[in-house]
Amino acid sequence: MAATTYDRPPVRLQTHPTHYKHWKLSVSPDGEIATLTMAVDPQGGERDGYELKLNSYDIGVDVELNDAVQRIRFEHPQVKAVVLTGGLDRVFCAGANIVMLRSSSHAFKVNFCKYTNETRLGLEDASRRSGIKFLAALNGTASGGGYELALACDEILLVDDRNSAVSFPEVPLLGVLPGTGGLTRITDKRMIRRDRCDVFSTIAEGIKGKRAVEWNLVDGLLPLSKWKEGVAERAKALAAKATTRKHEPVQLEAIEPECTPIAHGEKYTYTYVSVELDHATRVAKLTVTAPATCAQTRAEAVAQGTAWWIMRAMRELDDAVCRLRFNHLDIALVLVRCTGSAATLHTTDALLAGEDHGFVGEVQHLVRRVLKRVDLSAKSFYAVADGGTVWVGSFLEILLACDRSFVLVDDDAAVQFGITAANSGLYPMSNELSRLATRFLGTPDKVGQVLAAGTSFDAATADELGLATYAPDAIDWDDELRLAIEERCAFSPDALTGMEANLRFPGPETMETKIFGRLSAWQNWIFQRPNAVGARGALQCYGTPNRPEFDHLRT
Amino acid sequence: MAGIDYSQKIPNNVELSSDKRLQRALEEWQPNYIEWWKSMGPTDFNMNDVYLRTAVSVDADGWAHYGFVKMPEYRWGIFLEPQQAGRKIGFGDHMGEDAWQQVPGEYRNWLRRLIVTQGDTEPASVEQQRLLGHTAPSLYDLRNLFQVNVEEGRHLWAMVYLLHTYFGRDGREEAEELLQRRSGNADHPRILGTFNEPCEDWLSFFCFTMFTDRDGKFQLLTLAESGFDPLARTCRFMLTEEAHHMFVGQTGVGRVIERTCQVMKENPGQDVRKFGAIPMEIIQKYINFWSSSSTDLFGAEVSSNSANFFSAGLKGRAYEERYEEHKALDQTYSMERFLEGKLVHEDVALRNAMNEVLRDEYVKDNQKGIAYWNRICEKYENPFRFSLPHRRFNRKIGEYSAGRFDLEGHQISEHTWNQKVSEWLPTVEDKIYVKSLMKPVLEKGKIASWVAPPPKGVNDQPADYEYVKL
Repeated sequence: MAATTYDRPPVRLQTHPTHYKHWKLSVSPDGEIATLTMAVDPQGGERDGYELKLNSYDIGVDVELNDAVQRIRFEHPQVKAVVLTGGLDRVFCAGANIVMLRSSSHAFKVNFCKYTNETRLGLEDASRRSGIKFLAALNGTASGGGYELALACDEILLVDDRNSAVSFPEVPLLGVLPGTGGLTRITDKRMIRRDRCDVFSTIAEGIKGKRAVEWNLVDGLLPLSKWKEGVAERAKALAAKATTRKHEPVQLEAIEPECTPIAHGEKYTYTYVSVELDHATRVAKLTVTAPATCAQTRAEAVAQGTAWWIMRAMRELDDAVCRLRFNHLDIALVLVRCTGSAATLHTTDALLAGEDHGFVGEVQHLVRRVLKRVDLSAKSFYAVADGGTVWVGSFLEILLACDRSFVLVDDDAAVQFGITAANSGLYPMSNELSRLATRFLGTPDKVGQVLAAGTSFDAATADELGLATYAPDAIDWDDELRLAIEERCAFSPDALTGMEANLRFPGPETMETKIFGRLSAWQNWIFQRPNAVGARGALQCYGTPNRPEFDHLRT
Repeated sequence: MAGIDYSQKIPNNVELSSDKRLQRALEEWQPNYIEWWKSMGPTDFNMNDVYLRTAVSVDADGWAHYGFVKMPEYRWGIFLEPQQAGRKIGFGDHMGEDAWQQVPGEYRNWLRRLIVTQGDTEPASVEQQRLLGHTAPSLYDLRNLFQVNVEEGRHLWAMVYLLHTYFGRDGREEAEELLQRRSGNADHPRILGTFNEPCEDWLSFFCFTMFTDRDGKFQLLTLAESGFDPLARTCRFMLTEEAHHMFVGQTGVGRVIERTCQVMKENPGQDVRKFGAIPMEIIQKYINFWSSSSTDLFGAEVSSNSANFFSAGLKGRAYEERYEEHKALDQTYSMERFLEGKLVHEDVALRNAMNEVLRDEYVKDNQKGIAYWNRICEKYENPFRFSLPHRRFNRKIGEYSAGRFDLEGHQISEHTWNQKVSEWLPTVEDKIYVKSLMKPVLEKGKIASWVAPPPKGVNDQPADYEYVKL
């Protein structure tokens, strides 16, 4: 079975402003304010069968938004504030398209929501890490996912035309949740009283005007006649608060792997990343390689720009992981091998360490986001540390992101480990802890021991330090690995997804872990329940002649 | 029950005095309403006595009482048709259940939205027409304008009564905002686009009352079926008043046509403009504009809202009792959809097509008006015949707004549209000409050059009756 049939064409993850169908990215003449205007093409959906009316979105719209935010970070370094606004009359955004959701498989819905959540968190990451401030300029009603998008911004302005409102109609109209961070952000980010959150989340038409300000649902109101200048003024004020970033614009080229058929599947080959898919065993082999030579100074890295290997490698890894998520649902397990030059990793991590408001800093933020994307993927990951693999610094972080690590302890096999600045808190997970601190939550001394282990150590030392789940020798290696792989692929995929999502984030809760661990989990449960998706479920009935019929037993 | 209590500050037939809380709330809203009228109504005529009808009963025979009154002192009140014992919901999923005397919690927000949207159009039209008094073609027409205005004001009262009575604090806030939005205001415009267009000349006013108020009639007909009984009863009485507005429109346009026919007959082959009449072609263009703009008010061709409102029993079809089946669940409606630039035939679930079902009734009703005008042409042996543009013509809302269509509904190119638009819709020159005729004629029994006198007076008064004491 070389090809697996899905309910939809593959999701395209790469785009460019010249190909945008739904967003317009413009930058003010002084370069400090970018405006992202949403005007969704109703006929421009990624699939047939639905119309994207009233600025409702599907995955294609969100891929463009994600792309735009990346480009603002890299291609428009002078931008200090971004205005998000709607390009339709009296409509900001109506949220995710209902017909699209209804006609999607459960798996796609889950992946779609995860991706859109990551995009929203990407706005907050750009604000926190790069100091780019986001202003949601709600020129009309923002409902559901539309208001959730606004919530991801630093400030929300709502037009005061006595009509436009912000709303969460999911519970009253659709029988689902505002699951793109909405419920989490009204309580934990805007810190609105829980009883008011309860009221707000059940009024389909939402709240407008003064009460929206009083309840802190929005930060301010502007009358229509003062709208343009008022928004511009607020954007300027936000820009004044922003961190000054300094670097030459770096153009992001498209990441397109070469795809070649192999036995039982296909192979995607990028520059520093490759993925071999075997649909018979449902196992993917992912390899990331550090090149022999690299930029030695920040100036050289800046000169190389997007060709700087770590940036390219991480963008490739990001693309590979998203492809696995969206387009290869059958793959159960990803075997990760990191190879290449240890010296390159030491040099590169040293350049990436520390605070930097230029290009190098942006790359650091990119690495952090891509590693999080791995943490949040619903696939099993095994790090395979056999002969010739290199687990130094950023690559060691990849091992730590995996569910298990298999480390070959054999004198004839060279397995290199090493510590760099990347391992001591440069790349915290969603729980705000480093991967080492997360791993050794109960034995914090171990973190110091690992960090003190030096720039180069071997497999046996790694095992002693607690970095190996299994450390078989050469005699046992093949069998151990084969059994672990076969066993993993035999388990229930749902149970694995749930188990992994629980085990990967020990320790403290953050808004991010709550969004993925609590809100998304409840949403995914509701997405399976007859009250939402049964023949007479609310999501199924919305917009049809039928009204929902609920099973009223509470679970 | 049907009698109206005029001893109260707010005339009503709902025993308002027995609900002190509600009475107080409405008495607090009343001065704000009067303030609004004084600043946004026909302001320069606040001090004049106008011969107006006032509702004195909701019985079919003789509910209207005529007399002179200054408009700000008009007895705006609350009138509902009497409650029918044991009324059942007549359509949708709740069909056959007892009609609701209170708002069902489940539908509170939808109902409030429906009432606010309806309510918002009433003061909006008063605002749109506020300057027309200065260019009235006769005292008779001036009086009709004011009658329409005060009744739109009363319709606002009707909706505000429902908001205050059944929707708690939210309802009171919405009632306030009905007085705060303003037609054409840059900051807080009226909700629906058509109600933000100024109505600057009398031909437009006649077209507005003919076509736009007729949309109002059909919206009221659907709400008169509502399972929420107080709304149904309110709308049924409003319909009796609305009929007069369309009378003003249909006969108004008819009298303009009649005048042009007379001039053409007396002066064959000459340009009617020389005699201060309006050419048939320009009248047709005004008809094209106002009928198409009012056709927009029915909303999208395929609509989930319309399905929701019907299923929930909030908004039925006009004359629901004429249908054999009232659930409309397994039936389809066959329509030409306009998707990706092409007209495509599609069978749509009937409940989702309720806007189109209502538009069908509206178009039929408009056709009758066109036939009435053509009978005037026939009477004068004038070969000109008026026609109603196709529903796809000149749309700003709904699927057809994405394309260009001619008067017969054929799809045409943007190029052809640009070539033909000046033949179809009023041009700047047309508007300037019509406006140039707008000079007040306010002497008893006199009438402007561009419109024929009415065949009979209001309440059988003589032709030279002083309807407005200036």
